[in-house]
Formats: sequence, C-alpha cells, structure tokens
Amino acid sequence: MNAEVGALEVSNLCKSFRAVQALDGVSLSLRYGQVTALLGDNGAGKSTLVKCISGVHLPDSGTINIDGVEQTVSSPKAARRLGIETVHQTLAVIDPLDVVENLFLNREHTRGGIFGRLFGVLDKKRMRREASEILSRLDIRIPSLRRPLAALSGGQRQAVAIGRAVAWGQQIVLLDEPAAALGVEQAARVLDLIRGLRDSGVAVLLITHNMDRVTAVCDRAVVLRQGRKTADVDVGLVSKDDLVAFITGSRTDGLAQ
Amino acid sequence: MNQDSRAVLLVPSGARARLEEWKQNVEPRQFVVYAAALLIFLLFAVLLHDDGFLRSSNLINIGRQSAPIAVMAVGMSFALASSEIDLSIGSVAALSSLVAASVVGDHGFLIGALAAIAAGAFIGLVNGMIAVKVRIPSFLVTLGTFGIVSGIARNWNDLSSIPIRNDTFLSVFGAGSFGPVSSLLFWAVAVGILGHFALHYLRWGRHVLSVGSDRFAAKAVGIKTDRIRITALMVSAMAASFAGVLLASRIAVGRHDLGEDLLLTVIAAVVIGGTNLFGGRASVAGAVAGSVVMAMLNNGLILMGLRVSDQLIARGVIIILAVSLSMREQKES
Repeated sequence: MNAEVGALEVSNLCKSFRAVQALDGVSLSLRYGQVTALLGDNGAGKSTLVKCISGVHLPDSGTINIDGVEQTVSSPKAARRLGIETVHQTLAVIDPLDVVENLFLNREHTRGGIFGRLFGVLDKKRMRREASEILSRLDIRIPSLRRPLAALSGGQRQAVAIGRAVAWGQQIVLLDEPAAALGVEQAARVLDLIRGLRDSGVAVLLITHNMDRVTAVCDRAVVLRQGRKTADVDVGLVSKDDLVAFITGSRTDGLAQ
Repeated sequence: MNQDSRAVLLVPSGARARLEEWKQNVEPRQFVVYAAALLIFLLFAVLLHDDGFLRSSNLINIGRQSAPIAVMAVGMSFALASSEIDLSIGSVAALSSLVAASVVGDHGFLIGALAAIAAGAFIGLVNGMIAVKVRIPSFLVTLGTFGIVSGIARNWNDLSSIPIRNDTFLSVFGAGSFGPVSSLLFWAVAVGILGHFALHYLRWGRHVLSVGSDRFAAKAVGIKTDRIRITALMVSAMAASFAGVLLASRIAVGRHDLGEDLLLTVIAAVVIGGTNLFGGRASVAGAVAGSVVMAMLNNGLILMGLRVSDQLIARGVIIILAVSLSMREQKES
C-alpha cells in the first residue's frame, strides 16, 4: 500500500443519460485507511458515480486509476477483480441461506476429488471454520452461524453483507447508505465495523444523508451538486452546518480548502 | 491485535453443542407434514380398519402408489425452489413411458431408462430456454409444452399402449424387489436421498435456492441465474421421466396417459411438504412425506367406496384445503 498514491483516483468523470448530465467532470480520491463521505442531495449524482466505479455504468469520459494504474471498470465482476466491492442498499443477501452460506455465496469451497469438484460438493466444515474466523476478525457478532439471514436483525444482515464484501481481501469498499433503516444501536455497530475496516487499511467510500455519521467516522467529505463536485473537505475542519450548506448550495467555497 | 480476545464467535464442538445449535435454528413448520402423515395414518387405521387399510397388501400398495408421485415431487421441489414451476411433468412422464417401452425391447433395460430420462432432459431444456431467453413465465411455457408433449405421446403409437417384455426392466424398476424392499420404494427413497443431497450439499442446490429467493441478489454476487433456472427445470422434467419409467414398469406397458393426471397431486405433495410455491424455500424430505400423504388420501377414498367421480371431487377439495392450510402457515411465519 502506498500512502502517496490514492487507492482509487477518479478524474474528470463525465456521464450523461440522454440530455441529463449526471456527472460533469467529477474527480475523487480515496486513500487506504481512510473513510470518505460522498454527500449530496437526491439527484446530485452520488449513485451514478458509485455505479461508474463499481462497473455498473461505463463513464462517457474521464479516468479511473487504481493503485496508480489506469483501469477500465467494464462490469461489476471486473470491479471485484480490481479489488472494489460494493454493498448496495438492498444488501444482496439471501434470506433462506444461513450466515456461512451467505458469506461464501458464489465463492463456495468444494471438496477435493473428482466427484467433489465435478458436482460441486460443498466443503461445509471448511467454510464454517473460515466464516467464524472472518466474523471474529471483523468483530461481527452473530448469535449462530447456522441461522438463516431471514431470522437476523437489520444490523446483523448489514454486518453479514459488509463482512462478505471485505472478507476476500478487497481493499476498496463502497457502502451505499449502510445504516439507513437501522435502529440506534445497530447503526452504531455498523459504524464500528466501518472504523474496523479503516483501521485495517481499507479505503472506504460511504454514501449517506446523515451528518452525524459523517462526523462520527469519516475523514474526508466530498459533496456533489447537480453532477459537479462542490466541496472536498477535511471533516475535522468543518461543522455539520457547513456540510449541509455545501449540499444545499448556500456555500460554494468547499473546493478552496 | 489480540486474536483471542476478539474471538467472539465460537464454533460449537461436540454432539451436544451441535444439537443445541440445531434446536435454536430449526423451524417447527418443517415437521408439520410428518405430523399430518401420522395423523392421517392413525385416522384411517381406525376409520377404515374393517375395509382393510392396515392389511399389509394395502400398505404395500400405498407405498407403490406414492413412489412415482414422490419422484416427480422431488423434481418439482427444485423447479419451485428456483421460483419456476413445471406444469408439463404429467405428459413428460407419459411420453417417457412410451420412449422407454419402445427402446427397451432392442437395447436393454438400462438404455431404455436412459433414453426416457434423456427425453425428459431435452423437454426440460426447451422449457428452460424459452422461459429464460424469451422471458415467458415458466407456468405458461410448461403449460404449452404439456399440450405439445401429450400430443406427441398420443401420436407416438396411435393411442395404443406398447407392452414391455424385458424382465430385467420390469424387476429393476417396477414389479421386482431388492431383498425385502419393493424396487419402486427403493427408487423413490434413492431419488429422495439424492435430491436432499443435491439441495443441501451441492453448490448447485444452494444456488437454486438463492435464485428462487432473490434473483437480483443472486445475480449481484455473480451467480449464473439463467443457467440455474434452466437446470432446475431440466431436473424437474428428468424426474418426471424417471417417474414415467417407474409407472410403465409397474404395469409393464408404456401408455400415452400414464401419470398425466398426477400434476395436481404432485404440487399438493410438494407444498404440503413445506416447499414455498413461489420460491426460496424447499424441502425434499417434506415432498417425499407429502407424497405419502397424498397416496394415503387416495387410497382412503377408494377404500371408503367412493365412486370415481366422487373421488375426483373429494380429492380436489382435499388438495385445496391442504395447500391453503400449509400456505397460510407459511405466510404467517
């Protein structure tokens, strides 16, 4: 990991849908061991930006550099291969499957031997053991590894989804409103999890509308407004009111700092 | 970082801890079907005692009746688990009985059975390809292929049945027995075990369930959802074909209507067994138990001396009642 070169450098990204210019020359830099907030009103271009980074949309122009190397993120699969994992608001967890099965979904270990490999016989013991290691490494508390996701709380489901994103050595994690529908305590657990990711050197981009969360876990804040970046500030140097002012457009000096 | 102090999640070891964990996470509704089977058995044992319900020949008969239902039900479990449905299984079984009967004479019992199953695999592939690639709901596609396949079955030998004279075929699949176990029962149990294993211990089975539970989430993690949906429909049709082999072997002929009327019985068996009609939850063992329930009900109605027309009415009412009860129970949880 090189602290000088950003984990992810987005420069001059443009993306339009027919007549609508969703992104108009947006630049953004994520660093390892840092949490960056992506703020903006509805329609400001946040999710378009995330979709460009995660391979859902192909930008019209602009570049994406990962570890200093220019990359084309042509599909969600390509993004994953480049070490970028996205946790969508919908989480993409499977209700009837248990915690282990969700953590290993489509990355299952299968048994060796011709029979095991040909038919994809699951190595349940190994996955169970590794799932337990992953969860304790991330300090995620789940009552039982065998519990179906449908029977977990919102926070626990969230934690499994985030755990799955980072369990595979992914170094860049995009989180879309991860604590949106959670209770106070569960939201606090998710924030702890994000701090844990930061401490282990992951570069995190956090989309949120909640300024308390920004000041609680984020190091930098990037504000989008009408497809343009209007602020890129050190969270320690501004107040919540400043951030809101950048978002609503009543302050426009956010790029000067 | 001290690893020990952070090890908040312990993998239980030892049989007792495993049992505790199982108890914590098991859902009681999984056992409803077994309780229902026992209840109906006891009820008929009392009510129909004088009509010979408990006679061993009758019990064996129930077992033999339930075998093809169970085989089809296991296949249907996968179609339903993937959030598809296969309405073509009745005519697939019928056509397969004819295919087996036509092939077995010249090529032996194994090729005969394999040819029938290959026919099922092909029909399932067509069902799946149309449903997935042309984006037509599988209930419509398979309703169409049901008609097409039953037409082909009627044309196969101009409505006449094809006798099977290969003794090996008959004893392996229908009339014979492996030791003390009727071969029909053996195959039903074997297919049940295979299905349970595929659902719970194969990556494919877990992916079928994932696709049926949330297709978009499954796609988001990179599961090839098209392939899963197609293979689930193939498994359903192949199971129906094998049921056709069993049915043909039981009466030593292939016929254009063998098993054609079993669709509703099979769906009822699967749903009573705890599989969700709309995907995301499946129980193969439950489907087998549900098949026994349906076979017992069938048998009980006959022993009660109902006319065929009244049996049809009673069976329809029972199926709707049973399915609505089990679905209400599923919705509540």
